[in-house]
Amino acid sequence: MSPAAILRTVVLAGAVAALEIACRTGAIPPTMVVAPSTMLVGAVEALDDPEFWRHFGVTVEAVAIAMSIAIVGGFCTGFMLTRIPPLRRAVSPFLASYYSIPHLAFYPLLIVIFGLGRAPLIVLATLFAMVAMILATMAGLDRVPPVLARTARIHRLSLLSEIWQVRLPAAAPHILSGLKLAVAYSFIGVIAGEFIMSTEGIGHEIAYAYDNFNNRRMYALILIVLALVTTFNMTVFAWERRMLKRRGL
Amino acid sequence: MSAAALAEVAPPPPQAGAAEAVHARLRGVTRVYPGRAGGPEVHALGPIDMDLRQGEFFSVVGPSGCGKSTLLDVLSGLAPPTEGSVEFEGARIAGQVPDGVGVVFQEDASFPWLSVEDNVAFGLRREGVDAAETRRRVDFALGFMGLRDFRRAYPSQLSGGMRQRVCIARTLVMQPRLILLDEPFGALDQQTRLLMGDELLRLWRETGATVMLITHALDEANLLSDRIGVMSARPGRFIEIVETGWDRARDSSLAERPEFGAVTSRLWTRLRGESLRALGQGAQAEAAR
Repeated sequence: MSPAAILRTVVLAGAVAALEIACRTGAIPPTMVVAPSTMLVGAVEALDDPEFWRHFGVTVEAVAIAMSIAIVGGFCTGFMLTRIPPLRRAVSPFLASYYSIPHLAFYPLLIVIFGLGRAPLIVLATLFAMVAMILATMAGLDRVPPVLARTARIHRLSLLSEIWQVRLPAAAPHILSGLKLAVAYSFIGVIAGEFIMSTEGIGHEIAYAYDNFNNRRMYALILIVLALVTTFNMTVFAWERRMLKRRGL
Repeated sequence: MSAAALAEVAPPPPQAGAAEAVHARLRGVTRVYPGRAGGPEVHALGPIDMDLRQGEFFSVVGPSGCGKSTLLDVLSGLAPPTEGSVEFEGARIAGQVPDGVGVVFQEDASFPWLSVEDNVAFGLRREGVDAAETRRRVDFALGFMGLRDFRRAYPSQLSGGMRQRVCIARTLVMQPRLILLDEPFGALDQQTRLLMGDELLRLWRETGATVMLITHALDEANLLSDRIGVMSARPGRFIEIVETGWDRARDSSLAERPEFGAVTSRLWTRLRGESLRALGQGAQAEAAR
């Protein structure tokens, strides 16, 4: 293990231990935070509960749909904008200021438009995630060395093969950082939306536990969400690291 | 061949054993770029009339910005001429790079996400050449370019010279009949350049391909070429074609011969005024800014 990894582990373990002690000794009342060990037990209980898995499934499905639309749509839109400079110039101020908008504020409007199902949630998460992907795609494609595009033409690649075999892999490091953001934003969009107005999903379950002073369950669910998102991100991260290492970056 | 023969544009005496067939032909070729932001258009090249003979090693030298690279773009089919026609093996080049033409650029064009082996096999896989034949040709090209021990390495693990070898190997496997090189050794140090020059000569001899090399190094052009086209300042035209008359079996030891110096100084005499003009153009453009 590298020194940085050791330090990280020590800090994390220390923080968890400190919280455990503070909770056990009553320095932090259980109405505020429950002990990490209690969270863990709660999480194990939750994982044993079929009802939890239903909510889990609903959330993961919405995230998967939003993420897929955001990634594919974001890439296609980003690609199109790099090919049509006037259009790009027209929309770039909107894209640049996009993340200063509090998207969640539009959730009620989306419910009015799409009804009270999963649709407004998915739209919210997609809107939140897609622009990160658009921006990363454009940044990546802008930085594809012209000589690689010329090489594609020397090999008489069709436009589609040129995108797939040359431009996309050349832009991959940038696109992947957009992809990581799109994944995170999809989770945030869906779970935050479920918090506000939904009858199912992990976000709703957390809010429900909160409303009923069931701190043990609330923290257990938060722990599960954290574990899920971290695992997902670590997987993408490991993949990214392998790719960058190969390219000497 | 013994002494270096210097000839004007007038048809030179045929070399022993060298075929005289025309491989690529440019007639009245010009290239004009539209001006930036409403500025005047830029006449980059021509008019150029030129024949590349089957199997010769032809180099192009000229002052900076004279349109050497534009000439390569037009000849390879990467860019259309504004006027005039370009023919390769008797067929007019229109719209795309014809089969049988390979190009090596000055910049590193290796694909960083592919191993050396996959880089070299790129064109063959895309053409759908079968696996056994791909393997055979890739093995040959890797061996030829001295890359056999690096086949599983990625370009980031190689030096600039080695990466350029990867690009040359990638071109070589396609068995091009016309190889165009745009200052391929421009970014390399002098020793590596000389060695790469020898390898290029070996490649040219063994493949029998026609080679056109663009370079700014006069001694490199001299050493490698059967003929050297000297270009004027922009808009680039050929002001002289110098015939070197070297043996086909030449290498960098040629530089020790007295005739070698004569050819280089001949090139420089023709080029000096043009380079000064090009510098003036640069200064003017700077002042206009």
